[in-house]
Amino acid sequence: MLKGIKKGALTRSLWVYHVAASPCNNCDIEILDLLTPRFDVERFGILLTGSPRHADLLLVTGMVNKKVLDRVLRVYAETPKPCVVAAFGSCAISGDLFVDSYNFAGPLDKHIPVDVYIGGCPPKPEAMILGVVRAIEKVKKLKDL
Amino acid sequence: MNLSAGWIIFYLLVFPGFLFTTVVGLVYVWVDRKVTARVQFRVGPPFLQPFFDFFKLLGKDTFVPEGAPRSIFFGAPILGLASVSILSTVLLVSNFFPSQAFGGDLIVVLYLFAFIPIILIMGASASSNPISALGGSREMTLYLAYELPLLFALATIIVKSGGQLKIGDLLNWQWANRPFLYSVSGAFAFVSAFLCIQAKMGFVPFDIAEAETEIMGGIVIEHSGPVLGVLKLTKAMLYFVVSIFLTIFFWGGFRMPVKGEWWHIFGWLKPIAILVLMVLIKNTNPRLRVDQALRFFWSIVLALSVIGFILAAVARSAQTPILWL
Ligand code: SF4
Repeated sequence: MLKGIKKGALTRSLWVYHVAASPCNNCDIEILDLLTPRFDVERFGILLTGSPRHADLLLVTGMVNKKVLDRVLRVYAETPKPCVVAAFGSCAISGDLFVDSYNFAGPLDKHIPVDVYIGGCPPKPEAMILGVVRAIEKVKKLKDL
Repeated sequence: MNLSAGWIIFYLLVFPGFLFTTVVGLVYVWVDRKVTARVQFRVGPPFLQPFFDFFKLLGKDTFVPEGAPRSIFFGAPILGLASVSILSTVLLVSNFFPSQAFGGDLIVVLYLFAFIPIILIMGASASSNPISALGGSREMTLYLAYELPLLFALATIIVKSGGQLKIGDLLNWQWANRPFLYSVSGAFAFVSAFLCIQAKMGFVPFDIAEAETEIMGGIVIEHSGPVLGVLKLTKAMLYFVVSIFLTIFFWGGFRMPVKGEWWHIFGWLKPIAILVLMVLIKNTNPRLRVDQALRFFWSIVLALSVIGFILAAVARSAQTPILWL
């Protein structure tokens, strides 16, 4: 019962922290689309927060390079569990056009557990919403709640 | 003032204290978010959203930052919650059951009101984060800025009512004569108190201490899980408390100016109207810098409240007190 309430509340109130792990900045701009009147994800309780301490969903954008890797790991460790991680954009998923870069530290899921993949360069808002839906499904399946 | 302990506990914990204020406060947060969304041509969150947020935060982990004193880090939010509960109890008991209020409750309300920023500052400085320390120092400056005009505004209505220090007596005076808002000095006092409350709530243009886009939540940046939940709940209850604060002191409480008991139900719309006004101001203004806010409060707002105070004194010193002044 208590678990049900916790889980239900979490699925209806995902707060997003946006981790910019050396993106080209296009993904970051696209994220804000979701807050505009056309898509308005606050209808589902999704808010952008300024601190990883408040976050439930980490949106990691960009190709994780060697310098920023430490920070990504640290932000992940700082986020109170239960939380969901989304690899946002082709960069975070695979490295995209930066795969051969000397300072590419490998795809995000090599370093932290990734729950949702949102593809695209940058992803379309519809793809992002699909990603959010998948994130919510993922939360429903979380065991350690 | 001869209440049994059981009733006092009931007042504090259920109605009109903790439980009631929690529920209404969370509803007020929804009103805030919905109105904000409508102003921005969005749909906005569902009615239960603040409740979901609160329960979600209760179910999450809490981290205590390294070097943070645990007692203050956990103690401050709980003290805040307790003081807001007492505040709403005192205010509402004197509105609904005036015979059970105690003398000088106005002073208690003022103290508890001053206590809340202090608790926020304590919580912020206990989290050993430079950004929240910055937020705390801004909150302190802001507090020094708005406290004096707020006191002058309250002094205005005390003078106008002929020196009543009991909230119930202030209300009785307003019911017998007219609400303070509908007089010149009272209107001055209301405007300045309203701006002070806007700053106390940390609403734009005075959200300097929380400044989401600048210092990322400032005071609460290190708080997570249930601790954050309790802080948010305190804030939510404060939404309700400041609205009834302005309603009771300036707008004649929950009574409506018409005959018949049932009309007073509509009195509950008064605090909501005040809240909506605050939210509209919040949504149509940019943030001030802390020095600009200080200057604003110490010049314009202070001047407004002092003018109100002088007018009230003049109105009172006439042979028959002039009601409209
Ligand atoms: S996925 Fe494309 S748009 Fe997004 S950060 Fe990488 S290169 Fe930029």
